[in-house]
Amino acid sequence: MILGRITGSVVSTIHHPIVEGRKLLVAERLDPTGHATGGYVIALDAVGAGQGETVLILDEGNGARQILDDADAPVRAIVVGIVDAVDLERS
Amino acid sequence: MLLGRVIGTVVPALLVDELAATPLLWIQPLDQAGRPEGDPLVCADGTRMAGPGQTIYWVASREAALTLDPSFVPVDDAIVGLVDEVRLYPPEDLP
Repeated sequence: MILGRITGSVVSTIHHPIVEGRKLLVAERLDPTGHATGGYVIALDAVGAGQGETVLILDEGNGARQILDDADAPVRAIVVGIVDAVDLERS
Repeated sequence: MLLGRVIGTVVPALLVDELAATPLLWIQPLDQAGRPEGDPLVCADGTRMAGPGQTIYWVASREAALTLDPSFVPVDDAIVGLVDEVRLYPPEDLP
């Protein structure tokens, strides 16, 4: 899983049936200290994440298909958690 | 999934049977603000609705094949849906 921050959403009328009724979120990728790495991902929402929230994103197809309970879902990235805090051991 | 823009179509002279009826489109990958990022690639279009100029979102690898029916087909990248609008929150509204 990766850390991300919700920076927006995608509006899509024509799509694969798996997207129907689900929210598509734009999330920028974060490093462990909470800084944007420059990358992003469009992920389906499984937890109700909103604007600016730090989230856990599963970026793996088989896990995403298990969450969606659909063995044929063409989805890899899915928001699976909302992060309260990340504690890093000081080195 | 990532954003992309359709920049052209690909017309194959010969193609494996499983992909015979699938449109193939040139895609320019975009960053989240809609700026071109990276090299263009060819996507299969399972929606059969995308055309040049259209913003789309696409997926790679095994998930790309799963957008098509039948899904056991040799594709790398495929379009999952068409983008009407990307709504980015103003940076000052993000924590």
